[in-house]
Amino acid sequence: MAHVSVMARVSVADARNWQIFSLALLLTYGVSVLGFDQTLFNAFLIIATALATQWLCSRTLSGRDFDPLSPLITALSLCLLLRASSAALLALAALIGVGSKFVLRFGGKHIFNPANFAIAVLLLSTDAAWISPAQWGSRTWAAFLFLCLAALVLSRAQRGDIAIAFLGTYIGILFARAFYLGDPLAIPMKQMQSGALLLFTFFMITDPKTTPDRRCGRLVFAALVAALAAYLQYVYFMPQGLIYALFFASALVPLLDRLFPRDRPEVRFTWSRPVLN
Amino acid sequence: MRLQMQALLAAAILWNSRLATSPVEAFCGFYVAKADAQLFNKASKVVVARRGDETAVTMASDYQGDPKEFALVIPVPTVVKKEQIAVLDSALVDHLDAYTAPRLVEYFDPDPCNQTAPDGLATMFLSSLASAGHRGDAALGVTIEAEYTIGEYDIQILSASESDGLMSWLTRSGYKVPDGAAAVLGSYIGQSMKFFLARVNLTEHGKLGYQYLRPIQVKYTSRKFMLPIRLGTVNAGGAQDLIVLMLTEKGRVEATNYRTVRIPSNVEIPTFAKAEFGKFYRAMFDHGVKKDDMRVVYLEYAWDMGWCDPCAADPLPSDKLLALGAFWVDPARRPPTQGSNVFVTRLHVRYDAAHFPEDLMFQETADRLNFQGRYILRHPYAGQPACAAAEDYHRRLGLRHVREAATLSELTGWDIRSIKNKMRGDGR
Repeated sequence: MAHVSVMARVSVADARNWQIFSLALLLTYGVSVLGFDQTLFNAFLIIATALATQWLCSRTLSGRDFDPLSPLITALSLCLLLRASSAALLALAALIGVGSKFVLRFGGKHIFNPANFAIAVLLLSTDAAWISPAQWGSRTWAAFLFLCLAALVLSRAQRGDIAIAFLGTYIGILFARAFYLGDPLAIPMKQMQSGALLLFTFFMITDPKTTPDRRCGRLVFAALVAALAAYLQYVYFMPQGLIYALFFASALVPLLDRLFPRDRPEVRFTWSRPVLN
Repeated sequence: MRLQMQALLAAAILWNSRLATSPVEAFCGFYVAKADAQLFNKASKVVVARRGDETAVTMASDYQGDPKEFALVIPVPTVVKKEQIAVLDSALVDHLDAYTAPRLVEYFDPDPCNQTAPDGLATMFLSSLASAGHRGDAALGVTIEAEYTIGEYDIQILSASESDGLMSWLTRSGYKVPDGAAAVLGSYIGQSMKFFLARVNLTEHGKLGYQYLRPIQVKYTSRKFMLPIRLGTVNAGGAQDLIVLMLTEKGRVEATNYRTVRIPSNVEIPTFAKAEFGKFYRAMFDHGVKKDDMRVVYLEYAWDMGWCDPCAADPLPSDKLLALGAFWVDPARRPPTQGSNVFVTRLHVRYDAAHFPEDLMFQETADRLNFQGRYILRHPYAGQPACAAAEDYHRRLGLRHVREAATLSELTGWDIRSIKNKMRGDGR
């Protein structure tokens, strides 16, 4: 029976299948064409740890059925983004990420995007982990590939508003900075043609489970993350600006949900039936 | 003298090779040649030693012109005090360059015709000095924060409030500033950066008697882990090469705003490449740059400073590392041991304004995996074996030669037929 219920979840109707497909495709491309520093062993370790954590937490903490999709997305995101000097740290990241979903909750929602939380915690607490924001390069065609894949995901997860608001604000800041410094347009153009930025926009900040419920809340949230990310990156010279910005801003989501409550509190976002408040 | 050095190195490598587990596949020959920065025209070498926010940048130029026409303008994050500036012996930078250079492993056969001499300005941050000029003017918004004479250089630290004023000041002071530099200077002013100016003090230069200009080192404390390349791209005649040698404590350094990729390595190439390793490496680099659309920073070496295998040059001893700004090194450290607290990264970038519009930004990672650009020559057995296994050996040898030719062609873009002809000429 459990088998049947898992299979039922793995249906094309669930937007997360497209996310998993896209992330897996990007990982394959990254490893085979761009030469990412990610080994097959580490990838399997991350995926296995994430699934095991989900299974264990489902049984002990939430009492819900085991859902393999969400930990798979977290694991693939970690494979794409996080690098560490030991495999154990990568496994720990998967454990922290998936575990945070079950532990750090407020008002029936988990607070942090699991992959973002794991990466931020590791970057802030150890000096043995890092991210490589430039690993995608900045060739335009790659950006377009991202965009197309991401659009596919968004059309089903219904969080296009936050992606557009975030990208709009962030790119606006990049151009404003260039204008202020008298820099050629080539500089902000290059900065926005970043695979890391697009991946973050379409696969991390748009996570419907951890963004504010109402559109106005989401727009405020997106602008906040964009401004903080640009500040950390260009004033504080932190290449991890995007990750930290989302991490710190996520703590404000409960407040934004309080300021902008849902119209119908009884209706929550579910992946099988995405609703737009 | 040079030959003697090489012979000593080869002996050291032979000793090391006995530790290798699989002598056939692993290194079992002589270190024969290196592709150091001398190979590339218009190549600048910069050593950056950094721990935390403490940074020491040492710039070596291959400037060959008249010393009185030399001038250096570098944006720096802070005002630099006199004790934070030093003039170093070129040998320090050359040693690190040699230690980290891509290497060919086999027998050494020097080909002096292959060593291309640099022909032109190393213009990473250079502009040329037309004539001696006047002093600055506060009305132009330029403040001379400090002036020092160190070694053979006269050094000024400037801050400026607007680019036009700074341009006028530089022009009035005799600097020939290229058109288009104003915008870049303005951008640095906007980022609250200062300007480090150096030119040669001819009296001191004459007194010291150096035939070349020694590298200048600047130390500062800043969160900004970057190298300013934009000034050098203004009005530069074509692309330039920059070799960045990073000394850090934790691990490998990579660019955060341009993709960093490993140079192809550990490949077997035809033995005729022995006589033209420089030509091969240049061709491979050129071909790689073209394939990557000149948008990539190449990793040529990443290694624990305690050792090397094979060694293109000995690891640097503590005093040299300290001189290059690796202040965290224990002066009493015994050389060379694995697991040292200095990790060296060699990055090679070919850049111009169109493909590298932004300055290079970096981060240190925790990655301590060793990597080197290493190219392997394998000589076939020279005798005439007459046994059953010989037939199989010759068959495999033929396949290996085909593979070597294909590898060389793929790496360099050279025509496969001419490679095969050359191999035939080489007796393959």
